[in-house]
Amino acid sequence: MREASDWPADRVTEVPYWVYTDQALFDQEMARIFCGRSWSYVGLEAELPDNGDYLVTRLGNRSVIITRDQGGEIRGFLNRCAHRGVKLCRHPRGNNRMFVCPYHQWSYDARGRLKGVPFIKGVKQLGGMPEDFRREDHDLPELAISVRGGVIFASFHHDLPDLESYLGDTNASYFDRVFDGRGLRVLGYSRQLIPGNWKLMFENIKDPYHASLLHVFLVTFGLFRADQKSQVRMDPSGAHALLISQRGEQKASDATRDMQNLRVDFELQDARLLDPVKEFPDDATVVMQTVWPNLIVQQQSNTLALRQIQPRDAGSFELHWTFFGYDDDDETMVQRRLRQANLMSAAGLVSADDSEVIKLAQDGIRDGAGGRSLMLMGGRGTDDELHMVTEVALRAFYKHYRTVMEL
Amino acid sequence: MTTVIDRWALEDLYGEYARLLDDGPLEDWPALFLDDCLYLAIPRDNFDAGLPLATLRCESRGMLADRVRAVRETIMYEPRYLRHQITQIRPRRRDDGALEVTANYSVLEVLHDDLPRILSVGRYLDVVVEIGGSLRFAEKRAVYDSVLVPNTLVYPL
Repeated sequence: MREASDWPADRVTEVPYWVYTDQALFDQEMARIFCGRSWSYVGLEAELPDNGDYLVTRLGNRSVIITRDQGGEIRGFLNRCAHRGVKLCRHPRGNNRMFVCPYHQWSYDARGRLKGVPFIKGVKQLGGMPEDFRREDHDLPELAISVRGGVIFASFHHDLPDLESYLGDTNASYFDRVFDGRGLRVLGYSRQLIPGNWKLMFENIKDPYHASLLHVFLVTFGLFRADQKSQVRMDPSGAHALLISQRGEQKASDATRDMQNLRVDFELQDARLLDPVKEFPDDATVVMQTVWPNLIVQQQSNTLALRQIQPRDAGSFELHWTFFGYDDDDETMVQRRLRQANLMSAAGLVSADDSEVIKLAQDGIRDGAGGRSLMLMGGRGTDDELHMVTEVALRAFYKHYRTVMEL
Repeated sequence: MTTVIDRWALEDLYGEYARLLDDGPLEDWPALFLDDCLYLAIPRDNFDAGLPLATLRCESRGMLADRVRAVRETIMYEPRYLRHQITQIRPRRRDDGALEVTANYSVLEVLHDDLPRILSVGRYLDVVVEIGGSLRFAEKRAVYDSVLVPNTLVYPL
């Protein structure tokens, strides 16, 4: 049961369980967060190479169309016919000049402007729309669009700061580290319906404490461990965060002593699965970036992916993965990325742990009653930290969340 | 080279495939493949668009064995039972003697505290060869229509 009184105003070290289960709160989140003053990731320019190309995605839980218009500009609008609310475009992607509703063939241009209403003047002087019907009163809500490094962000709000100031200097610079202006090559998609609250996905990626314990595969192969050189960095608002770490060795140490199921004797029969090469100028081998309110940018070794969170209801969300490389990747690099993708996605050797544990978390708190999630690791602060044994980015996230939700 | 395809032997290969994934021992499952093999579980939208990304990609029997070991020892997941239903097995002999086999599949999944559900629906696009009197998979692609995965794929399709 939701009781605001049991969440003291200054508290970011505890989150009551109803925050993950209350459907009325979820509806407010969709309005305030996803339809509010935020930039949501909606796709890549590389997915819309030609004028007229479009894709259908969701902004929060609302279906939207993102398209490249005949002038080459990226546009977006609500995928809902102004007539009777029908989902206008029923294909996931394609190429169109006009978007025509299948029901009564109302047609819209690439900006969602209503261009055609069949029988608007009636047939043989019978029927038709009333005299005072004005087509231009029925344009669909257009989205603000912002593109950075080939990545498309959209918002229902048209007076947002640009992406650079939205992300903050640190997060913008790490974003640009991956999206450095090179052409992106989409390698493919993977989708999951995860039976948990959408915020649990962000918590998971913002939490390096679990990564060094739950992910036996990662730790076993030295891809992410508590004893590695690491940082957790946020933007000033706390909305976005970075987990940055360097690959270590495969060995037992202090940092693995508390891991009850570490497999130090696990040697791969086919080592090509993990054959990472350095490809970025710095020494970080893992950078996991969370961008408020719906994006995770993943660089784990050479597997690069955008994970888009599409909330469905308080108890479930879709996670859409887009794996990519660069236009200048050679065939060896493409194969390397494809093999390392085994770590991630719906069957990932690492990420499977996460989707499973998120389900168990939701199962555990389902009734929402009388309990709270504890986020005390690393203290009570919300400032950057230079180690992994911390839940600081979760606290920062809830600091921002509480501000936006006025909760 | 015989032109008659031994449908019983083929049926048996797919039966054994399902049995090993559903009832185990899972460790014996890679033996149904050649050393140099390809196994992909790939969502239909990627496959149709010519996008190479697979949800599961094993490029040798060693990688299959590594996956099995990870399922056994490193991945954390809720206990579950799977039942593979494989139907419409259709072989076609290639000029080199290998069989190109298509089949439909569905995999039912049961979690301990929930009703059974369909985990995945799709088709197999396989290449099967005869080695030492037995049929083995040289290639297996599980192309799944159900691109939205209900939570997690732990076991192979």
